[in-house]
Amino acid sequence: MIGRKSLFGPLDPAADAGYTDAPKRKGFFTDTSVCIGCKACEVACKEWNDVPENAFEMLGTSYDNSHSLNANQWRHVAFIERPASKPAVDLGMPSVGAPVSDVDEDDKPDFQWLMSSDVCKHCTHAACLDVCPTGSLFRSEFGTVVVQDDICNGCGYCVAACPYGVIDRRRGPEGDPKVGIAQKCTLCYDRLTDGQRPACAAACPTESIQYGDVEELRERANARVELLHERGVMDARLYGNDPEDGVGGTGAMFLLLDEPEVYGLPPDPVVTTKDLPRMFTRAGMAGTALLIGAALSFVRRRP
Amino acid sequence: MSEPTGGRGSGAEVQHGGSPGRSRGSSRGGDRVMVPEADFTSYYGRPIVKAAPWERDIAYYLFTGGVAAGSSLLAGGADLTDRPGLRRAGRIGSLVALLLSVVALVHDLGKPSRFLNMLRVVKLTSPMSVGTWILSLHAPFAGLASAAELVGMLPARWQRGPVRLLLRLGRPAGLVGAVTAPPLAAYTAVLLSDTATPAWHSAYEELPFVFCGSAAAASGGWAMATAPVAEAGPARAFAVGGAAVELLMAHRMESSMGLSAETLHTGKAGTLIRASKVLTAAGAAGALLGGRSRLLSVVSGTALMAGSLCTRLGVYEAGLASANDPKYTVVPQRERVERGEQVRYQG
Ligand code: SF4
Ligand code: SF4
Repeated sequence: MIGRKSLFGPLDPAADAGYTDAPKRKGFFTDTSVCIGCKACEVACKEWNDVPENAFEMLGTSYDNSHSLNANQWRHVAFIERPASKPAVDLGMPSVGAPVSDVDEDDKPDFQWLMSSDVCKHCTHAACLDVCPTGSLFRSEFGTVVVQDDICNGCGYCVAACPYGVIDRRRGPEGDPKVGIAQKCTLCYDRLTDGQRPACAAACPTESIQYGDVEELRERANARVELLHERGVMDARLYGNDPEDGVGGTGAMFLLLDEPEVYGLPPDPVVTTKDLPRMFTRAGMAGTALLIGAALSFVRRRP
Repeated sequence: MSEPTGGRGSGAEVQHGGSPGRSRGSSRGGDRVMVPEADFTSYYGRPIVKAAPWERDIAYYLFTGGVAAGSSLLAGGADLTDRPGLRRAGRIGSLVALLLSVVALVHDLGKPSRFLNMLRVVKLTSPMSVGTWILSLHAPFAGLASAAELVGMLPARWQRGPVRLLLRLGRPAGLVGAVTAPPLAAYTAVLLSDTATPAWHSAYEELPFVFCGSAAAASGGWAMATAPVAEAGPARAFAVGGAAVELLMAHRMESSMGLSAETLHTGKAGTLIRASKVLTAAGAAGALLGGRSRLLSVVSGTALMAGSLCTRLGVYEAGLASANDPKYTVVPQRERVERGEQVRYQG
């Protein structure tokens, strides 16, 4: 179904893809203010989805040794280690109360951490899905974006199209049947069809990763930001929650404590297919010019 | 904004794994700085978008596809205006270029069956799907015309029965090939632009013209080098016109792309683009002034082809460079937001 908003603007992705009676759109709300960087989500995701290990390298970039989101890393916890810029505020982390510290205020380390578990955004307008020439990527009834391994050609077009740099073609390990095939988070499609939550959300010990109906998550996210603002955490902001943004809002939204680019997220991405009609128009003009140019080269002279 | 993780200025104080956010790109090469140094934050300087995982095959395909399209057009025109030598050059050029295109595509995909797998859907939102169909529509007809040309070179006593039929089909097939050629030359620009790769996406207004001009210059160059000089007049005109469009639109493109235009001037891409301009301009001048000389035709024709190849490779490399440096993703978006121009859906 091609509608007026099929390339840009807010819509219900499952309905747009032709599902009737689809369940409510599902997604994630990742509240990075309570993330403790334990990587339980990374591990649970690998375990459940049988994602092979990545190249293991000590990168020397804080505790982040899993590089980035890629074919073998469907969840990625970013660790931003930096000089402390403001006094600590109680964020309302779930806890039973920390033991009283006997470290002198002045002796406390002068740096702070920001942590955030990143994942495929399951965009309302998913560039990866739109550009796939084989139909391997599809919109599920939950409004999520899923790859069918057996149809993917490994052409890699989706890799270049994703504005968040999420999806990637698997490069190794050798012998893995899915080498050369595009891979990314499926929002645990197989668990969802069985009425379960995604593995990462189930494993998160602090409820930093919350799973549910996108609409409801959005409300929860707004309430949480308001609460943090009240408590003086003025840097708290939402990312991906706005259905009128460049990708029509994402199925995975984030509460961040700094600018998106600090976490390696694009500040204001736009789905590339937004400009597609114009691109085809320009190509049509150029092609017509080529045809006319060829004709003119002949009419002007005789042999 | 609070303390940037790795922006310029604060980078020095960040101790543990401080991001080298903006160290790459403009510090390399150092010949000229096109845009003032951009201040931005990134996550340990790592890329945000992923570069297309394509081999250089795709860049070669952009070139051979252009030669194939332009040659089919020249062959069609030559056929209609009775220039057998030019027609032969065009048809054979298109055959060779098409074969090389298919080899490049299949090599990139891994195996031939994957090409067929693409034909399982028609998807207008996927330039690769659209391109596959354009190629599938163009190639058989252009191939048929080329086959007719080859058969026509056989001794007369062999031109009997089905071979005669093939000869008859040469013209209609060649004309269908010519009409389906322009989309083949133009779609590759959309293929690159419809990605999140900053240098490719920001070039979408002009890139189709650059690529179509480049196709005309290269195929005109091929025909100049291979067709009889007396018949090659249209090929020279086509090549000169194409070269002019390519140079002009490339110039406009560089000024309209914004920050990512930088990638066309630095590193590998910079060298290739500079070479392409020199070669294309020299080839066009040669075609204009010395077109009636056999030697000059061959030399300038070759220069035009080489120029077109360098354009394709240069644009390809610039795209990869722009994807690998987060600056080209972050800075333009950030600037747009700060100008108050967030991209929002409007009614
Ligand atoms: S984040 Fe990237 S991979 Fe995920 S749905 Fe959006 S475009 Fe596709
Ligand atoms: S790599 Fe696979 S999923 Fe990605 S665009 Fe190509 S065929 Fe589609």
